[in-house]
Amino acid sequence: MDAFTRHTGVGVPLRRSNVDTDQIIPAVYLKRVTRTGFEDGLFAAWRGDEQFVLNQEPFRAGSVLVAGPDFGTGSSREHAVWALMDYGFRVVISSRFADIFRGNAGKQGLVAAQCEQSDVELLWKLLENEPGTEVTVDLTANTVVAKDFTAPFTVDEYTRWRLLEGLDDIALTLRHADDITEFEQRRQAWLPTTDPLPAG
Amino acid sequence: MSRTLAEKVWEAHVVRHGSGAEPDLLYIDLHLLHEVTSPQAFDGLRLAGRGLRRPDLTIATEDHNVPTIDIELPIADPVSRTQVETLRKNCAEFGVRLHPMGDAEQGIVHVVGPQLGLTQPGMTVVCGDSHTSTHGAFGALAFGIGTSEVEHVMATQTLPLRPFKTMAITVDGELQPGVTAKDVILAVIAKIGTGGGQGYVLEYRGSAIEALSMEARMTVCNMSIEAGARAGMIAPDQTTFDYIKGRPHAPSGADWDAAVEYWRTLRTDDDAEFDAEVRLDAAELTPFVTWGTNPGQGLPLSASVPDPETIVDENERVAAEKALTYMGLEAGTPLRDIHVDTVFLGSCTNGRIEDLRAAADVLRGHQVADGVRMLVVPGSMRVRAQAESEGLHEVFLAAGAEWRQAGCSMCLGMNPDQLKPGERSASTSNRNFEGRQGKGGRTHLVSPLVAAATAVRGTLSSPADLV
Repeated sequence: MDAFTRHTGVGVPLRRSNVDTDQIIPAVYLKRVTRTGFEDGLFAAWRGDEQFVLNQEPFRAGSVLVAGPDFGTGSSREHAVWALMDYGFRVVISSRFADIFRGNAGKQGLVAAQCEQSDVELLWKLLENEPGTEVTVDLTANTVVAKDFTAPFTVDEYTRWRLLEGLDDIALTLRHADDITEFEQRRQAWLPTTDPLPAG
Repeated sequence: MSRTLAEKVWEAHVVRHGSGAEPDLLYIDLHLLHEVTSPQAFDGLRLAGRGLRRPDLTIATEDHNVPTIDIELPIADPVSRTQVETLRKNCAEFGVRLHPMGDAEQGIVHVVGPQLGLTQPGMTVVCGDSHTSTHGAFGALAFGIGTSEVEHVMATQTLPLRPFKTMAITVDGELQPGVTAKDVILAVIAKIGTGGGQGYVLEYRGSAIEALSMEARMTVCNMSIEAGARAGMIAPDQTTFDYIKGRPHAPSGADWDAAVEYWRTLRTDDDAEFDAEVRLDAAELTPFVTWGTNPGQGLPLSASVPDPETIVDENERVAAEKALTYMGLEAGTPLRDIHVDTVFLGSCTNGRIEDLRAAADVLRGHQVADGVRMLVVPGSMRVRAQAESEGLHEVFLAAGAEWRQAGCSMCLGMNPDQLKPGERSASTSNRNFEGRQGKGGRTHLVSPLVAAATAVRGTLSSPADLV
């Protein structure tokens, strides 16, 4: 994972609440076995509408998505994060994220920045009144800045540290391999395994 | 110290406590795999030169992509076929037990785990699928994860996690006839909203929950994610033990006694405190259906399509306006007047034997209405075989419904079972999102009883409407 400290890019106002992961990327795009190239599936149904924000210049080249509450609900598909990142997004701002989406974003280096809904509304107005406005998201200071607008955001402390350092979760866990082995020796013998049962 | 059920299960799986902002490292007892969210995780292992730590705690089935007719033929869609074949190759390479299409134990991953007896109280269960919450019905801590976490569990059999908050959902009283577990959970979601459970493990409790069968409990826990929660749990009791006993992977002999002794401790202590509490009166619940495009947009079947103008919250009002446009509905229309083209009975929410029995009881002696197609899709091949041994398939076929093979089917648009643009369904599945059942498709979430009655009348109906 690449480290993330600060990002500046065109802000995209997405005035919708409950943007579920089926909208971010419909199931038909999940059939691939690769990890890249999901940008064509991003908001696929909505992009068929030429009024959709990502079909408007200068939002087409946006990299900071500003969405309504409950972003990323529904299916656990990490493809939603991959699609956003493959398209070019580095940050999503919302007043409330679904848990699994937030976790997936943190694993991939997409910043899920949680702001007050009142700040999201101000940012929407700014981005709609002055399309193409650049938004700077600074993870060292936990601030969102656009022109004279400034607001704080939160990400959980551990995710923030991992993002700033660009650390791989599995490598971090494997430092505790001895603890895992010791735990396994304490597990109850009657817990099930998936080993095939003898016939009959 | 007094603890909730979720806290007890959590504590029993902490490999090491994190300090400060660092999460706990939690051991995972069972990892379920399917073809959609695993290929990139297997690739990740290969790229990093890592192995699968515990193939003996891992099991895979093919469910999301599989067709539910002509399963003896190769999958027609080459992309779906490749994904299924990739799972087969990966399972062979890493030594994972797989139940492929056509196998007697194949089915939806959340139906297969419990019926094999692999899901047991007090376990931690994960899967790259948000409906993993289903397994919480056994008093397991079970939750969906993303593909990066799937790879993490493959490599380490653990996950770094911060403890969830706990919410008690207490449903006391007695459900009226015709009111089911599906109606309970739809009412819960409508009450707390799609974000209401965010950050929480929900514990369903109260006399109405205790009276539910295991399969009904699975329906309730299944849709915890639709309230935004990571997991749902129900304390194990005699109903749970009776369901598990004798299943292929259940403990036996002295192990059974030891297990039950431990399982009996898995209850929220009387003086334990939840971070939040919600109460519902079971006697007040009636058949529930959704009218919109998220599972929180639901109402009793006796109600009418709501008028967005009357919604105070601006975000909710805008969401309701967009939902009515997408759904092609007008405010004020009685829900009972809404015509459907398709009825789908199945999914990890309502594709178990009791669901099929309930629907068959309604359909017996009736015909599916002209112009309506009804798909009956068992959640697993074992459910299918059981239904056939009881003659349920004959009831469905006689009524004019289609009797299919096992799979996720029309719950999501990844296999041939889809709605066409503009088509409307009454569906026993879990999500009414835009395009969920096929691009442009319109979904009303319902119970199996409402699904069957709707198939007969062609409009959203309950069995009482058939008399």
